[in-house]
Amino acid sequence: MRVSSHRLRLAALASLAGFAVALATPAVAQKKYDTGATDTEIKVGNIMPYSGPASAYAVIGKTEAAYFNKINAEGGINGRKINFISYDDGYSPPKAVEQARKLVESDGVLLIFQSLGTPSNSAIMKYMNAKKVPQLFVATGATKFGDPKDFPWTMGWQPNYQSECRIYAKYLIDNHSNGKVGILYQNDDYGKDVMKGLKDGLGDKTSMIIAEVPYETSDPTVDSQIVKLKASGADIFLNIATPKFAAQAIKKVAEVGWKPLQIVNNVSASVGGVLTPAGLDNATGVLSTAYLKDPTDPSWKDDPAFKAWSAFMDKYYPDGNRTDSFTVYGYLTGQTLVQVLKQCGDDLTRENVMKQAANLKLDLDMLLPGISIHTTPTSYYPLQQLQMEKFDGTRWERFGPVISGEVGG
Amino acid sequence: MELFLQQTLAGLATGTIYACIALAIVMTYQAIGHLNFAQGEMAMFSTFIAWQLIQWGTPYWIAFLATVAVSFAGGVLIERIVLRPIQHAPVLSHVAVFIGLLAILNSLAGFIWDFNVKPFPTPFGTAPLLGNGFIDAHQAGMIAITLLLLAFLYGFFRFTRVGLAMRAAAHDPVSARLVGIRVGWMTALGWGMAAAIGAIAGMMIAPIVFLEPNMMLGVLLYGFAGAVLGGLSSPVGAVIGGLIVGVVENLAGTFIPVIGGELKFTIALVIIVAVLVMKPQGLLGRPVLHRV
Amino acid sequence: MLESVPEPAVPDVLAPSLIGRNGLMLALLAVALLLPFVVQNFLIFQLTLVLVYAIAIIGLNLLTGFNGQFSLGHSAFYALGAYVAAMLMDKVDFPYPATLPVAGIACFVFGFLFGLPALRLEGVYLALATFALAVATPQILKLSPLEYWTGGVQGIVINKPDAPFGLPLTQDQWLYFFTLFVTVIMTVLAHNLVASRTGRAMMAIRDNPTAARSMGINIALYKSLTFGVSALYTGIAGALGAIVVQFVAPDSFTFLLSITLLVGLVVGGVGWIPGAFFGGAFVLFVPNFAESISKGLSGAVYGVMIILLIFVLPTGASGLVRAALQRLRAHKIQ
Repeated sequence: MRVSSHRLRLAALASLAGFAVALATPAVAQKKYDTGATDTEIKVGNIMPYSGPASAYAVIGKTEAAYFNKINAEGGINGRKINFISYDDGYSPPKAVEQARKLVESDGVLLIFQSLGTPSNSAIMKYMNAKKVPQLFVATGATKFGDPKDFPWTMGWQPNYQSECRIYAKYLIDNHSNGKVGILYQNDDYGKDVMKGLKDGLGDKTSMIIAEVPYETSDPTVDSQIVKLKASGADIFLNIATPKFAAQAIKKVAEVGWKPLQIVNNVSASVGGVLTPAGLDNATGVLSTAYLKDPTDPSWKDDPAFKAWSAFMDKYYPDGNRTDSFTVYGYLTGQTLVQVLKQCGDDLTRENVMKQAANLKLDLDMLLPGISIHTTPTSYYPLQQLQMEKFDGTRWERFGPVISGEVGG
Repeated sequence: MELFLQQTLAGLATGTIYACIALAIVMTYQAIGHLNFAQGEMAMFSTFIAWQLIQWGTPYWIAFLATVAVSFAGGVLIERIVLRPIQHAPVLSHVAVFIGLLAILNSLAGFIWDFNVKPFPTPFGTAPLLGNGFIDAHQAGMIAITLLLLAFLYGFFRFTRVGLAMRAAAHDPVSARLVGIRVGWMTALGWGMAAAIGAIAGMMIAPIVFLEPNMMLGVLLYGFAGAVLGGLSSPVGAVIGGLIVGVVENLAGTFIPVIGGELKFTIALVIIVAVLVMKPQGLLGRPVLHRV
Repeated sequence: MLESVPEPAVPDVLAPSLIGRNGLMLALLAVALLLPFVVQNFLIFQLTLVLVYAIAIIGLNLLTGFNGQFSLGHSAFYALGAYVAAMLMDKVDFPYPATLPVAGIACFVFGFLFGLPALRLEGVYLALATFALAVATPQILKLSPLEYWTGGVQGIVINKPDAPFGLPLTQDQWLYFFTLFVTVIMTVLAHNLVASRTGRAMMAIRDNPTAARSMGINIALYKSLTFGVSALYTGIAGALGAIVVQFVAPDSFTFLLSITLLVGLVVGGVGWIPGAFFGGAFVLFVPNFAESISKGLSGAVYGVMIILLIFVLPTGASGLVRAALQRLRAHKIQ
């Protein structure tokens, strides 16, 4: 008797539970979590060069932290707060490995977001993929971080360097097919990636390149390189340099009385960070490409997106330098991650994070009009479009259509 | 041939940067018998102070003088606060302290003024001199300032009592103390002067390389090379050494095929080391004799 | 400065009774053996790196602390060792333990050859020559004609070894034990070298070259040999580092690595071999600690910590140990 009543109760309980599950399933997809996600929190890891030679980029990490503060202050994502854990690697690959392991194994983050620099990301790519932890939207334009077949857990964000240079190549072939190109490039993975894109883009017109001159980041100036380029007889100058060296080069080109057609890569297209130090007169007529809104461009003054960004900066990152386009970059990447996590809903597994990241169609309003974020399971390059622009002495003027520089496409 | 000439001129112009900082290095070495790894960061920090003063509306030359004065005081303070307590520690411990100082100044500057490049004004203008603008007014002004400093240092060490006392204190502290020289203060004074000269070098270099916390990293490497090449005991040697480094590097980068461009600093260093192997005390340095 | 390298922490006070010291060493070793079973994999990885740095610092110490030659170029030897190991594993499928002797020998030869011209240079001039080596290394590794072997600017990614013989260890635990094994051997060898006739010759050259020469010591040979041995140590550390980190790239081996090793040497104690472990731990953990205090000012905090440490312990950890032992002895005598 006792037994049977016990059984009965059990059965009733079981059916009740079954009923509850049946009720719950259609309403809320079952909550599924991997390490780093709970009902109240999502842990996001990040690695930045807060110290060392590349510290100028750390603004990106600071902006992202500020942006997640804003999201948390506004209630978080589906009720969960973002816990943004950001570590310093000093731009050193071994240190990046150490910090990535700390994030994954000790802090238990759901994913690593926007780790910065090609060397650091190369160093942790294999580890992240072996551990099956998303290495999402890495902060580098190196083309290798968009290889879903071999590295399904790693994804880039910004237009990759090769795409960008294909656009310059196309422009040169269409408009200056008899030009002689001289290139200044940084002697590292970034410079070489850009060179590859340019050569691929030029195809059988590669002979247009008559001089390639490298510099090292430890060089105090690039004066000697500019003198050499001028002497080569080039009439098109491609400036593939980070902000400080790009500015030095633009200034020196003017000083030695060389008047080539100048193209500066978009890493160094910041008005405040490059063209102003180089001298606005010297920079007049320089060409580049863009994908995000330059905060120093007065044409965005009344743009609602700019105003929203501006309000964000006032409230959450008041010390931030508003002329620095890295703050826009950090704001946009933050928005992209938030969208991915929103799309994940209550299924915060690493697998689902990658699935959603590879299924984005997103318009962000601080991107230039006509440019949007788009990924598919076979295309791991969220941004591939750029627009050419010309500096008129006070602002960048965009011209021509939005061009896609898809690699291999 | 024209390219050769242009690269030589450009090398001389860049070489003045190295000469300027090499002079500060030799100054430190003369006064305190040390190579200071934090020298570049001290100069960078001083330059930021000048920049800040100019941002606040101070006229250039007043900011310049104020910065030199502040840097002098800063140098003395660093000696008194940081180095005095460890004066008897082994030499390598001093090196570690210099590395610590370097890290502190670099990080502080980045914290206060951020890491973006900033243009720095020049009092001389940038009008091209010598035709094609391979040397402009600023670089000429910089050479002039460097030579003035050189003359000043020469006179100071040779003809003033303080200068002689400083040399004595650096060279032989024990005997110097016996003849009544306050060796401790001489060292502090040396630090002050080195900091002041570094500040001048920084303010001269910043208009060319742009101001940012890492601006001296590369420059200091070249400055060391120049100072060592010229012979660490000779201010004239430092200036000549700096100029040679600038020219050799440019010519190597331009005329050595294939690897020249990628290895231009390396090639310059190899040449310097080769010179040192022949002439171990540098071009103009005095040999040091050891007592057995 | 840098003309004379400091007198080391004289080790005779550090050698109380042989049994007492060996007992201490065994106890430490036991702790080192047990640690990987109680801490997380990530910490094991960090401890492995501490050992790797310690081997490199021992190498630097042999040259600087015991032979009086100053070097800012040890990042070059570390890089050479790392690249030799990585290239052998990547291009010819060499088993990883076999890469260590090859890396060591390559570095020994290179260090010995480099030591020959460097013989003519002293103090600050030697510092410049070695510094040139440190600056040149990443640039040479990037050089386009060598790209096939070095992977150019992209570097080389290598596989992490599994524990052999089906041992029930994680990859991190296994690598730790492997590194610990190498470290123990290298430490014992260094200790024996310093205590030998050769070691005394090395120190005689440091303390008074002229007197050493008149005693019949072949200064040139010993100095070059010391350079070679020092490079060998650092090269083996580099090879281990490459295996542990699974990645080599030119950016990993800049001049800053030389500075890191130098700081490790000084805080551990110049001329005292066990100091290398303290130094290795310092350069690995203190920057992390500095970062946890302030992100924007982590460099400043690190700098302050170095300076404070030198204030308290002008001769590094060796000074602390010496003082402690002295006190212990005084206590015993009473």
